[in-house]
Amino acid sequence: MSEKFRLNKGGLINRNKKISFKFNGKKYFGYEGDTLASALIANGVHLVGRSFKYHRPRGFFGAGVDEPYAIVQMNRNNEVDPNVRATEQELFEGLEAKSVNCWPNVDFDIGAINNFLGKFFPAGFYYKTFMWPKSFWYKVYEPIIRKAAGFGAASIKHDKEKYEHKYEYCDLLITGSGPSGLASAYAAAKNGAKIILAEDKSRFGGSLLTSEVTIGNQSGQEWAEKIISELKSMSNVVIKNRSQVFGYYDHNMLVMSERISDHLPKSEKYIPKQRLWYIRAKEVIISSGSIERPLVFGNNDTPGVMLSSAAKEYLKIYGVIVGKKPLVFTNNDSGYETAIEFKKNGIDPIVLDTRKDPNSEIIKEAKDLNINIKTSYVVVTAKGYKKVNSADIAKISDDKKNISNIENIKCDCICVSGFWTPTIHLASQSGNKTKFNEEIDAFIPSQSKQKETTLGSANGTFTLEETLKTSFDKGNELSKQITNKENKVSVPTVVEKKSSNHDKFWCVPLPKGKNYKRFLDFQNDVAVSDIQLALREGYRSIEHVKRYTTLGMATDQGRTSNLNGLQLVSDIENKVVPQVGHTTFRPPYSPVTIGAIVGREIGKHSKPTRKSPMHFWHEKNNAVFVDAGVWLRPRYYKQGNENLFEASKREAKNVRQNVGVCDVTTLGKIDIKGPDAAELLNRVYTNAWLKLPVGKARYGVMLREDGIVMDDGTTTRISENHYHMTTTTAQAANVLSHLEYYLQLVWPELNVNVVSSTEQWAGAAIAGPKSRDVLQKLFPDLDVSNEGLPFMGYMEGNLFGVNAKIFRISFSGELAYEVNVESDNGNFMWEKIIEIGNEFNIQPYGTEALSTLRIEMGHVAGSELDGRTIPYDNSLEGLVSKKKDFIGKRSLSKTAYIAPDRQKIVGVVPLDKKTSIPEGSYIVKDAKAKLPNPKLGHVSASCWSVEYDNPFSLAIIKDGKNMIGQKLFALSPLKNKTIPVEIVSSHYVDPKGERVRS
Amino acid sequence: MLHIKCPHCGLRSQNEFSYGGDAAVKRPELNKEVSDQDWDNFVYLRKSPAGKHLELWQHISGCRQWIKVERDTLTHEIFKTLKASEEA
Repeated sequence: MSEKFRLNKGGLINRNKKISFKFNGKKYFGYEGDTLASALIANGVHLVGRSFKYHRPRGFFGAGVDEPYAIVQMNRNNEVDPNVRATEQELFEGLEAKSVNCWPNVDFDIGAINNFLGKFFPAGFYYKTFMWPKSFWYKVYEPIIRKAAGFGAASIKHDKEKYEHKYEYCDLLITGSGPSGLASAYAAAKNGAKIILAEDKSRFGGSLLTSEVTIGNQSGQEWAEKIISELKSMSNVVIKNRSQVFGYYDHNMLVMSERISDHLPKSEKYIPKQRLWYIRAKEVIISSGSIERPLVFGNNDTPGVMLSSAAKEYLKIYGVIVGKKPLVFTNNDSGYETAIEFKKNGIDPIVLDTRKDPNSEIIKEAKDLNINIKTSYVVVTAKGYKKVNSADIAKISDDKKNISNIENIKCDCICVSGFWTPTIHLASQSGNKTKFNEEIDAFIPSQSKQKETTLGSANGTFTLEETLKTSFDKGNELSKQITNKENKVSVPTVVEKKSSNHDKFWCVPLPKGKNYKRFLDFQNDVAVSDIQLALREGYRSIEHVKRYTTLGMATDQGRTSNLNGLQLVSDIENKVVPQVGHTTFRPPYSPVTIGAIVGREIGKHSKPTRKSPMHFWHEKNNAVFVDAGVWLRPRYYKQGNENLFEASKREAKNVRQNVGVCDVTTLGKIDIKGPDAAELLNRVYTNAWLKLPVGKARYGVMLREDGIVMDDGTTTRISENHYHMTTTTAQAANVLSHLEYYLQLVWPELNVNVVSSTEQWAGAAIAGPKSRDVLQKLFPDLDVSNEGLPFMGYMEGNLFGVNAKIFRISFSGELAYEVNVESDNGNFMWEKIIEIGNEFNIQPYGTEALSTLRIEMGHVAGSELDGRTIPYDNSLEGLVSKKKDFIGKRSLSKTAYIAPDRQKIVGVVPLDKKTSIPEGSYIVKDAKAKLPNPKLGHVSASCWSVEYDNPFSLAIIKDGKNMIGQKLFALSPLKNKTIPVEIVSSHYVDPKGERVRS
Repeated sequence: MLHIKCPHCGLRSQNEFSYGGDAAVKRPELNKEVSDQDWDNFVYLRKSPAGKHLELWQHISGCRQWIKVERDTLTHEIFKTLKASEEA
């Protein structure tokens, strides 16, 4: 297969390495060092996609990040990657890509009918066309728009690739390795500053790779290579290619996405696909260069119309000619550079210059090469559907208002140059107040808010000499302030051709009777007529025009369209561009994959997984786990073919009848020490703590200042000034912060220290009528009788050589103990309990049985302490001291909290004793009342009572205290259930609490 | 992401801290009569200034100390940071 548009020599590609790839199923060849775009153009492929709205054929417009529409869907190593710019995707062996936005294929796209139905797609068409009839939106319009819109389809599979995050600090971050980036980096590096130099392309050097200049006694490209290799050898410099700094955030934090493996057929083992860098820089040098501006004329989106700088880049870097009969349409000298490159490679271009009588060194060189130059000439419209085949050109009057002498000339590409737009996105993101520079018709950075400096063409400096001089100076100056060292390098002499002034002309008028579409925003299909319409309809603010027309939106972020759009608005409004202002530039400058943003925090790694020391025992014994905050807890232990319901019932029943053991390691634990520890507890908990004797535990409830219950748990007095607090699993971290807040800020006079000891202790709850028998055998030397270790008692013991803390506390409502040992001994303790408990029919029980046991006992937990309830609501008012003050007490006297019909916890039993009540159901008086049915409250927790063998739920309902005995209804609109129920006491089992004291 | 100078640990990124609200709020003393209005102001009412604001942060993934940060809510400029015990 021949590459008809590849030159025999030239470019920076590796001609020794041929690479095969597929585009839209067809096989082609390119070379190592190509992009997908350069390889396709070399093969004469110009049609790559269809446009967003009208589905017009689209080709290549740029050669890098400036590309608005050559977006493809990649298939790499069996992974789909949408929204990839063909101009940025480097070629690798076996690459497969396809067009997006077309169906059934790019050559014959049914959506192109939109082009002829254009009147249905005016500016703001989203808000107009699809409004009627209303019912059509979900069924017809939305599915069609969804199918037609967007830039490719994301994969619905799990991404196998790895992505990483990296945090880095540096003295100077330099974004872009063109002349300004290299010069400032070099000067700063010599002063010993720690530097990160980022280049978004694979090759360093920026414009030096394509411009004909001499620096010192070397070509621009050679000079760039020399500087890069020297920088690479310096230990204080990090140089990254394929790395786009896309966001400038507060306090000089910038984020960069490094594409590590996208240019390879697949990622190497242990090497990520992409890496996201969070860089905190003392100073930032923005050397992001500039992007050529398009000229606006009829059908200027036809494949074959492209930026003249892109055509030059394809020639000089890839040895590829974009056409054999090129037309160069320019309003400045840059177009001539491209024309000269064509000419040097044996191709005759025609230059159309909008200026009347331009004169400069470059123009003279073009003339000397006998290039056909037509001045005061414009392209009126491109002709050809899937590729340019000719152009209507015309003479333009001096006032640029009238065109005449329209003629058609053959051409196969049109290279446009409308002068240059500095890339100010990062500067603008940093908060820089940009200003409009009349001389270059563009915005440049002006007043910095953060520590950033913009240099080179990004700052509107278009001569190399000036760029190098200011960049060496700035690099030296900024680094010197940081390192206090100066090792000044001399600025090399520069030879470059002088340019003449550009023409402010940017948009070709329509000939009489013609209605060519003249595009401003190529990516979003916004034409001149759309902006005109928006303004006719009364949109004035540029931000509104942007949103109404979609100008400058999406992944392109107005790189090529922004200024022309502003020009048009200011022309129509008769204002100058700075009055119109530009829209806000937002990160990311260029698309970033979701994978890179997520990094490693995916799946199991999205949060830490905490496992108790007994985890592997649970695993071995068929535990089915459940996430409890960040912990994995056994939900139940499966025996045979049991399901959740059967297993949890068996486990809970065994606790009521014999004895069970539950892993309670996950409970939050806080160690509290100090002479004022009792005073702290007394202020934090609602009940009294000053008289708790050593060796005793107490249940406590703590509130927020607004009176809402924050957490509950038991705290034990280990010794005079030492307490052991437990919290719920979920609230552990919040409670610690809460205590620290009061100790550090509110009551610093209290002499108390608090520290989390959750991970220091492994815990097992032994519960059931036979639990004392088990405990006695575990600690044969201790008196664990009801007198020796009464309810809420505490003692320390020796468990077969291991120190243990024994608490007689109960969540299940049975006689129960919790034994804590140091975490390392957790599994030893657990196995001993199982071994010794065997003769008492001990069984491990999981969180499901635990819930059942506590629900039928009416013990509240997270589903009742849900951040909306006060102690009274949970029937915990008995624990609220009337004598002393504590956090949140003052709130409890609020009118709503003392209302006589205040909500309160109750028990709920279905009348048929069979139907389980879904959690979250409403409790209502009349199941058939008109909607919205006034609800009395909601069901907070449900279980199957093992004591009575029927369903039982807890609910928090209005006037709960007077509702006992009432027949009401539980409604679950979600499950479509209406269940007649009876309200009973929340203490369904053992209401007097005799078992725990037995 | 903000860069906050913890008075105990030095400059650290925002993701090590947790925000704690207005530092100027004073909790009414324990065991003192507090009017409904004063209590409501303490519990619920917060100023939301556009500009300088003294606020609390906890260096939760660091020294766990609560600190005071004087920050401009419009520009994110941090003027100074103080220990819990220090007055602005």
